[in-house]
Parts: sequence; structure tokens; C-alpha cells
Amino acid sequence: MELYPPKTPSQRRHLISVTDLARPDVERLLDTAEGFESVMERDVKKVPTLRGRTVMNVFFESSTRTSSSFELAAKRLSADTMSLKASGSSVDKGESLKDTILTLSAYGPDVIVIRHAQAGAPELVTRYTDAHVVNAGDGKHQHPTQSLLDLYTIRRALGHVDGLHVAIVGDILHSRVARSNIQALTLMGARVTLVGPPPLIPRGIEAMGVDVSHDIGAISAADVVYVLRMQRERMLEGANYVPNLREYAALWGVTSDRVRPSQLVMHPGPMNRGVEIAPEVADGVNSKVVDQVRSGLVVRMAVLYDLLTEPSPAGGEAALRVVAAPAGQEVA
Amino acid sequence: MSDRLFQREAPAADLLISGARLHDASCGLDGAQLDVLITGGRIAEIGESLSDGSAEVIDGSGLAMLPGLVDPHVHLRTPGDEDEEDIASGTRAAAAGGFVAILAMPNTRPVVDSAPVLGGLIERAREQAAVPTGFFAAITAGQEGRTLVEMGELAARGAAGFSDDGRPVESAGLLRRALQYSRITGLKLTLHEEDLTLGAGGQMHEGAVAAELGLQGHPSIAESVMVARDLLIARHEASPLHLCHISAAESVAEIRRAKELGVEVTAEVSPHHLCLTDEAVRSLDPNTCKMNPPLRSAEDRAALIEALADGTLDSIATDHAPHRAQEKEVPFEAAPNGVIGLETAFPAVYTNLVVPGLVPLPVIVERMSAGPARAFGLDPPALRVGDVANLALWNLDDSWRVEPPYASRSRNAWCQGHTLQGRCTLTVAGGSVAHRLVEVAL
Repeated sequence: MELYPPKTPSQRRHLISVTDLARPDVERLLDTAEGFESVMERDVKKVPTLRGRTVMNVFFESSTRTSSSFELAAKRLSADTMSLKASGSSVDKGESLKDTILTLSAYGPDVIVIRHAQAGAPELVTRYTDAHVVNAGDGKHQHPTQSLLDLYTIRRALGHVDGLHVAIVGDILHSRVARSNIQALTLMGARVTLVGPPPLIPRGIEAMGVDVSHDIGAISAADVVYVLRMQRERMLEGANYVPNLREYAALWGVTSDRVRPSQLVMHPGPMNRGVEIAPEVADGVNSKVVDQVRSGLVVRMAVLYDLLTEPSPAGGEAALRVVAAPAGQEVA
Repeated sequence: MSDRLFQREAPAADLLISGARLHDASCGLDGAQLDVLITGGRIAEIGESLSDGSAEVIDGSGLAMLPGLVDPHVHLRTPGDEDEEDIASGTRAAAAGGFVAILAMPNTRPVVDSAPVLGGLIERAREQAAVPTGFFAAITAGQEGRTLVEMGELAARGAAGFSDDGRPVESAGLLRRALQYSRITGLKLTLHEEDLTLGAGGQMHEGAVAAELGLQGHPSIAESVMVARDLLIARHEASPLHLCHISAAESVAEIRRAKELGVEVTAEVSPHHLCLTDEAVRSLDPNTCKMNPPLRSAEDRAALIEALADGTLDSIATDHAPHRAQEKEVPFEAAPNGVIGLETAFPAVYTNLVVPGLVPLPVIVERMSAGPARAFGLDPPALRVGDVANLALWNLDDSWRVEPPYASRSRNAWCQGHTLQGRCTLTVAGGSVAHRLVEVAL
């Protein structure tokens, strides 16, 4: 007998992976985000769209940008929000992810946003909740809302993504952002080149439709230089992915002499200034780092809005729909 | 079959199985429809239109009779983790899968590295084992890779062989000593081949799927470099050797070359490696696709099937590895390695290799019965008059969906949800009826 059997795969819409999305879905989400820009410019930055809905942010791994922007996005849409961090919760007492989700789901949330250090955690969550599940980063696997905000940032800056050449630089091996972005950029018609030290480029990654170079000079041909964080905790002495951060910075650091004025420079944060990105590049006119953060808010509003507004009767619950940009309602 | 297998006391079978198609190439049987009379647990007669007043008559028409299967690699989790599996449940699962002999690995709590622990297991098997069961002892104390176990005493107490399975013997020097010293026992070493400096922390096969999923790769060379090393040592020592759960094409090539050079090596492959590839890991379900060695590429799978067909791999072994439900109800990366497969081994191989025409039925029967038996010095089960009855009846047309409940205590079945063809309806193991399929009429 099983008291809490896993649910058969839920018919609800989730956002677990970029592979859940087709090109029209991405375009609809980016258009919806665009529609929320006007809300950002008002004095009262809030619309009543999701009043009465509940969004739970469950973060088992540290985060500044993602957790704060999901919380703010839900609040701007008038949803009730609740944030749970692993430390200080029953997770400290050894509660399993399954039990944590069963417990939180008893409160009837509409959306559970989850970040977890282990790949596969969001899939597990979908088996024990009726809520829509949004993956806010799982292990080295996926970070789909990061990809959407990056696409949005590029589209706002350059007008389109189709046909662009994007170089992703750094530690591809340990980066969920790299994997999600490869899929998102190629889905939208961009060409992707990965640049980094050989031990940090996973074997077989070419099958995702990318070129690989170990020479930082390869970034010069790109329209967008996307810089990944060197994760210091992975570069401890003895790991030997690279001899040390000094040599990494010398050979693969994105410095002002390696970027052209016409190139965009992006970074998902947090940055290690002076390692993967030189301070003058991070703060330079090419840098879109702050725009990315701002995009994160409207894009996450769009994701929550899209998941929680009624599906069209014809398409059924599983189908993704085309929605118009929200009307400019104000909170009374 | 051997004085190193142990089974509970059970009534000797008196059965007349009529009209089954018999398959046993070793006895020249290729589907002949014959009656088989089992008297006092032994095959008394094989022929047409047999009759016997006292034996229970079983209608075998439409069914296939195969020699009983032998699994040289299972984990019974006893002692120490009896909530995952114990000797009674594990051997029931074996019987349900048509097995008539299994060999259990010693990576238990405590490790089977001393005669008292082994003796306790043998006593339990004599009370509980539905099918004849043997027990490997560890190669090194605590499987820690430092000190040889008392091989002499363990062999005398009834060990089936020696293995540090779950871990490699990391030190080449220690492996050499173990091969030398084990000669006094006449028993074989069976090795888990993995270079931990290459494989530790690996979540799945290193390749395009791992690159996409962002899971740490376990490269094929983690296995093949160790296979190559150990075959060189075995050749130098002229020692026989058995290799566990081979998964990589490069390992197959090393074994093939060693056999050509005269090394006395036998090797096994698991049904899941024969049937699945790393593409299955996309489900991120740790119950069905997380194990060590991991599911590898389509090229590796093809090489394993070819090697199974040509005899480079002479045994199929389930590596039946039960885990409690809560250990597997976690994100993929947090889950332990291992899947169960005793109840589904033959149907899975039949469905995925025999039905599509990749490997003929007689070869599969040999690799799941006589092959592993010979590798460990057991008498090969055969449909032969005078032998102790070790056989199973199969409905090869029955398609069924794999789902709980299982005879095993655990539920991490790699082919959960698969529809398989071929179902065991009766197992006679060590001369006693060990399993009957109960059809529930609705």
C-alpha cells in the first residue's frame, strides 16, 4: 500500500525545461513580457491580474536575482507570495523533498517555483503537487526563465534573435544557464559557439547543434558575447579543470581588448570581476548585465501570467495558448 | 547443482508436464513437443504420451520448457538491509523469473568477509531460499581494498567465489596477490571494473545526452582501462577471472582480445544494458535508469549484443539491486545506483533481443543458464533424464505490463511500465516447485 502514490504525469502546464517550449510559445511569452513594460513605468507598479492566486518560491539553493525577481513578479501581479528557503526550514531536520512538497501543496498553491542543487528535482515536484511547477534552476541541468530573460534582453537591444551569432564563454560543463541558453538560442534561430578550456566543455555537446572553440579569439565574430561565471568552489586546488584562476583569466577572460564596441556583453551573474570578465567590460557601454536583471522581472511576470490565465477550451489544459498583452488595469 | 548452493527443505516434485515445447540445445532439443515426467525431484522420463498415476499433471501445451536460469550477480541486501530484500523475497523474485540458481554479492552490512557471517547466511538460505543460492565472499576485509580475507576458511565454509562488487580492487598489486592466493581455493574472483579517478561521481554515461542534461558523466574508459589492466594481470598470472556487468564497447574489445590470447576470462552483461541506452535517462527517473555502470550509447549497446551473440560475453546477469522507495523518491542526482530485474530478466531479453531477431533463443538460453553456471563451476541446468529438475515453463506469447506488486521487496524495476512478452508459469528449482503463476480470475 502506498499512502501518497506519485501522480500520473500531470496534465498541468509546467516550465521545467526550455525543451518544453516551441518557438511560438517563446514569442508569446516575450510579447507578454513586453506588455508588462508599461507597468514598470507607472507610479503604481501593480496590476490585479493574479489577485487571489498563490505563488510559492521554494529555494533549496542560494539565489539573489531569481528569487527576488520571482517574488516581485508575483507581487506586481497581485498574487500572494510565500518564500521558503532551505535553511531554517524542516529541510534542516532532514525532511525529504517529497514531504516538503506534499506539505506545501496542502496549502493549495497555484504555482511552485523551485530551485534545487540536484537535476531532476522539478520533475519530482510535479509528481507530488497539483500546482504548476516552474524550474528556477536545477543542478547543472536547466534554468529556463534565465534563457527567456536573456532572449528578451537580446531582442530589446537588437530587435531580433534570429540569425544572430552568440558566443558563450567559460565553464560550460557546470552551467545550467549554458545548456538552457544553447537550446533557447538555437530554437529562436541563433547560431551558438562555445568557447572555453577543453576540460570545461562537455564531451558530446556538439550534438546540441553548437560549434566549439578553445580560443578566446573566437568571440570576435559574435554579435553577443555571453560570459559565464567561473564557479570558484569548483576551481579548488586539485580539481585541475584549469591550473588556476590567474591562467584562466589570462587565456579566457573577456577583457576590453577582446570585445568590439558593436558587440553585446551579457552575464547571468553573479560576476567575478577580474576573472571571467574585466571590470571595464562589466561596466562598459556594451554591457547588458543590468538590463538582464530588469528583464528578469517582466519575463517572470509573463511566465506566471501565462501559466495561470485560463486555457482556451479548444486547446485543453496541455496546450500552450496565444494571449494578448494584458490590458493596463490598475489596482483600485 | 553444487555443494556451494543452499536451499530450504521442500517436497521433491512429482510432476507430469505434458505437451510443452522443449528448448535445450545442449540436449539437442529445439522446440520438440514432448512430455516430461519428474519423479522425486529428478527428471525421470522425457518422451511422448507419458503417463503416471501419482504425479500431478500439468498441461504444458502452448508453453515452452527451458532449462532453469542462473544469475551470477544479485544483491539480496542480507544481512543489514532486510527491508530492501531478504533471502526469502529475493529468491521468490528469482523463482518468479525462472531462475533456479543465484549467486549473491557480499557488499552487505556487515560485509561477508568472515566465515561466521557467511555461515549465518548459509543457515538462513537453508531455511528460506526458494531457489538454490550461493554467496560470494569479499576479496578484501570490509571491501576496503587493503587486506585479503581468509579465503581458505571462507572457501571451506561454502563461499561461491570472491568479489568486492560495488567497488573495484583499486590496487593492481593487491589484485595480483588475490589472484595468486585464491588458487588454493579453486574459486573465481569476479570483479567490478571501475577506475574511480575517472568514474567517481558519474551520474550517467558521458556523452551527448549527459552533456545536454548537465549530469556528471561516467566515461566508458572508467570501465575499459580497468578491464584492460586486470586482463593483463590475469594473463600474467594465468589465473581465471570473471568480469561483472560489462557496459562499454571498449571493454568488449579488450575481453575479445584477451580470449584470443588464451586468457581464461568469463564476463557478464545485464539485461538493462542490452535493452536500453542513455537516451532513457532523459526521464530523470532514478527508479528505472540510474545504475552503475550506467546505460551507455547505442553503439555500446550494439557491441554488447554482438558480443553476447558471439560468446565474448558468456553470461547474462541481472545485477538485481533493491533499494527502498524513499531512497529513490529523490531528485535523480541524489538517488543511489541500482535497479531490480530478477522477475523480468528473461522476458525483457526475449522481447528486446529474440523477438526482433537480434539473438536467437538458444543463444539466450545458453547465456542465461549453462554459460553462467559453467563460469562458476556449477552443473549447467539441462532437460536431461536423470538430472535434478531445474527448469521453467514459459508462456512466450503472453504480453504483460510490468508493474507492482513484485515478489521483490523493492520496486526500483528498470522496466517498470514496459510491456514484455514471455511469462514464467512454473519454476522447478533444485527438484522442488519454487514458483507457480497464479492467474486471478476477475
